[in-house]
Amino acid sequence: MTFIAKPKVAHPSLPKNALGLTRRDYEGALSTLCAGCGHDSITAAIVEACWGVGLEPQNLVKLSGIGCSSKTTAYFVSGGHGFNSVHGRMPAIAMGANAANRKLTYIGVSGDGDTLSIGLGQFCHAIRRNLNMLYIVENNGVYGLTKGQFSASADIGTRAKKGETNFQPPIDPVLLAMTLGASFVARSFSGDKQQLVPLIQAGFKHEGFALIDVLSPCVTFNDHEGSTKSYAYTREHYEPAVHADFIPLEREITVDYKEGEVLPVVLHDGSRIVLRKLDSAYDPTDRTLAAAQIQERMKAGEYLTGLLYLEPSQNEFHRVNSTPDAPLNSLPYELLSPGSKGLEKVLARYR
Amino acid sequence: MSKADLTRVNDFTIKIATVNGTGSASANALLMKSIFRSGIPVVGKNYFPSNIQGLPTWYEIRVTKDGYVARSGRVDIMVAMNAETYARDVKEVEPGGYLVYDSTWPRPSLLKREDISVLGVPLARLCNENFNGVRTRILMKNICYAGVLAALLDLDLAHIRQLLAETYAKKPQLVESNMKAIQLGYDYARANFQCPLPLHVSRMAQTAGHVMIDGNTAAALGCLFAGATVAAWYPITPSTSLMDAFKMFADRMRVDPATGRRNFAFIQAEDELAAVGMAIGAMWNGARAFTATSGPGISLMNEFLGLAYYAEVPVVIFDIQRVGPSTGMPTRTQQGDLLLCAYASHGDTRHVCLYPATPEECFYMAVQAFDLAERLQTPVLVLSDLDIGMNDWMCRDLKWDDNYRPDRGKMLGKEEVLKLERFYRFLDNDGDGIGYRTLPGVHPKAAYFTRGSGHTQYGAYTEDAADYQLVLDRLLKKWATAGRLVPRALIDATAGSPLGIVSLGSCDGAIREALDVLKQRGVALDYMRVRAFPFSEDVEKFLAAHELLFVVEQNRDAQLRALLTLETAVDKAKLRSLLHYNGLPISSQFIVEGVLAELQPGGRIASRDAAHG
Repeated sequence: MTFIAKPKVAHPSLPKNALGLTRRDYEGALSTLCAGCGHDSITAAIVEACWGVGLEPQNLVKLSGIGCSSKTTAYFVSGGHGFNSVHGRMPAIAMGANAANRKLTYIGVSGDGDTLSIGLGQFCHAIRRNLNMLYIVENNGVYGLTKGQFSASADIGTRAKKGETNFQPPIDPVLLAMTLGASFVARSFSGDKQQLVPLIQAGFKHEGFALIDVLSPCVTFNDHEGSTKSYAYTREHYEPAVHADFIPLEREITVDYKEGEVLPVVLHDGSRIVLRKLDSAYDPTDRTLAAAQIQERMKAGEYLTGLLYLEPSQNEFHRVNSTPDAPLNSLPYELLSPGSKGLEKVLARYR
Repeated sequence: MSKADLTRVNDFTIKIATVNGTGSASANALLMKSIFRSGIPVVGKNYFPSNIQGLPTWYEIRVTKDGYVARSGRVDIMVAMNAETYARDVKEVEPGGYLVYDSTWPRPSLLKREDISVLGVPLARLCNENFNGVRTRILMKNICYAGVLAALLDLDLAHIRQLLAETYAKKPQLVESNMKAIQLGYDYARANFQCPLPLHVSRMAQTAGHVMIDGNTAAALGCLFAGATVAAWYPITPSTSLMDAFKMFADRMRVDPATGRRNFAFIQAEDELAAVGMAIGAMWNGARAFTATSGPGISLMNEFLGLAYYAEVPVVIFDIQRVGPSTGMPTRTQQGDLLLCAYASHGDTRHVCLYPATPEECFYMAVQAFDLAERLQTPVLVLSDLDIGMNDWMCRDLKWDDNYRPDRGKMLGKEEVLKLERFYRFLDNDGDGIGYRTLPGVHPKAAYFTRGSGHTQYGAYTEDAADYQLVLDRLLKKWATAGRLVPRALIDATAGSPLGIVSLGSCDGAIREALDVLKQRGVALDYMRVRAFPFSEDVEKFLAAHELLFVVEQNRDAQLRALLTLETAVDKAKLRSLLHYNGLPISSQFIVEGVLAELQPGGRIASRDAAHG
């Protein structure tokens, strides 16, 4: 249970980031998920990513809905505020919180039930608003806390632990997000930290809605033969198409990329995401082509992974609404109230 | 009734029957305001359909020298502009009253009534002869009846011209065309009828220091002055005009003139669930935020209200009540959400509710709602209704104290948190049931986890019986604190009677008028208007001090009476309900008749009361 605190002692030799913080400073409460749960690997990747980009812990706002995945916001960065809201409604809380303070970094952690069933509407509209947040779907195709029902991401033909076969077509968060105009769409696997960590870092820095759908096997209810979301199946059918490296502002691009295969994308703060095509036929900058390719490979039972679509310079919510650079929650009251003189002027219209 | 009875100056009601979408609103506003500017108290009630164009709509203007604010319940002059509703409109006119209609197409048989005067004006013909274009002719026909009424009632044409000049400041040619239509009607009436009628207006000086404003506009102003920066909503009648007004005021007064940046966020959500979620998220993060909705929206918001109650997140919600259940009658008024709002959401939940009675109170209570929400760290619902929200009321000038500063409640900043050994969000350090909160971004030491799942007073997840109950009991202590902070009931016990009226919200105008009438008939009653839930101590005292209490409210199921019996020690038997719930605003006549009927032996209310058990 989360009331079991982790010891806060850190070995002096632990590496420190630019803020002088160690990885331990980005940890949270002890996980209560099943041993081997994919979600815990994602939590570890988030810790690594936050430490790596040197995020001030208090500047991370952690949001979630309900479900196994949504519990995980308590398991990382205990120095940031967390809000574990209601089932499927995290995007609304995120929208309001972000409207109040545009300066903080918002991460939402959700699951396939939370995002694709009960919360499908809010998920879609957060994308439409281009809410500036990183939204991670910990996707395992199954309801864990209620013991193994199919979720809306379950593939046709996949078998439940109790033997039942799913015949309904899945909703794919990646394709859905691309259709709705998302500017940062990625897919990864909880077992691939190399790919996931830089994706999370890039997602933090992307100005606008960043989606990472992370295949995250449920060891208890969906890791058996016949499941298309098991560790074994995912490893076998997982096809990295585009690798994304996140290069912070202060660092030079030193990796030796082959010409024609890399595409550096400059972000608003000057940092860069360097896309490296692992599949030369794939184009992560063409929404229509990329979506077609993802769909084609899905038909063949393969998951294309990596940063599948990226479009910089999006109009995120605050730009569209011309809110000031200073967070709305920091504006002095004197600036907000028209005062008694202002009221008199208004009332003249009502005489 | 003899004609002599209808020689009434500044005390009569005009009802105008038109078709919606024909621009009659401008004609009606013109009439209202010109009367208001002559210093005469006036009330406007709009009965409109849930439709965009083509259905019948009525506007009622009550000229009331005594300054009453309720629907009068009678019609002295009917302006029948909608042939479709002629039959029922004619029936409504009081004996001795008047009917004005468009005689371009004479309808002598349909309009026949011996006991009223029928005044035919060929409005369509006048406008067809003087204006071009179908749309213009339809619009001008309405302005033209305003001209007819100006002559019949002796309105000041200078006021009308001035009002038109203000409305069309940017389109002066419209002032002339509108004035021409006014003059056409005015001249026709002067030439053909005895002007003014025995019912007419005469200048008074009762409207200085007053405004004509609707409750939604006033509430929106309150939000602006309270410093609200995030407004999230989903369109729903009759709350939409509150958000429209907020947007209008914010666009005008919250945009930085140098940068063009907008010091507010206005978010049209995908539904009411999201709307209230956004307001909660924003207030959790330190911005003053609100949403406005009506009954169906509150139904959807229940889930989030429970979260905000248990996770102790402040939020302000305006419920502009309309007729339920379900979709009900969206453009009619009711007080049907009292119980829903008081206990919204599953589990043990109770919410602070404010009950404004007038637009003036909407303004002040909007500000108070934010202060209470942040002080108590809980949702505050402001229960207005369509009658208050969308009708024009004469109110005292809204006043603003420039010394006002928002009460952000118990909020710790970085310096204060650093002084603590450890920060715990839900500890009751002060004994009032309210903990201290922090905002994201302050300091890692200030971070805490907000959740709707079971938690300890230290903010950690729990399934422990004792830890869970400790927090739930503290919330009750906070509820008691709320009872001391919410606005007290308004009590008028000058009658010193063992009988009293208990009511809330928009019933107030009709009740005060009814009290005057009853007094003239020898029945003196005390009166208490409840202004908030939880009920303050004075409510309990008033209930205890009276032998028989009429509970006046606008719903079928006696929801205020139910709340009183649940939350106070009052003896159920002494609460007699007077229930008005047909969608029209309550009138004084209904109350007078209800009280008198009860006071007669074997009164009708006694039997109805039995049905409520």
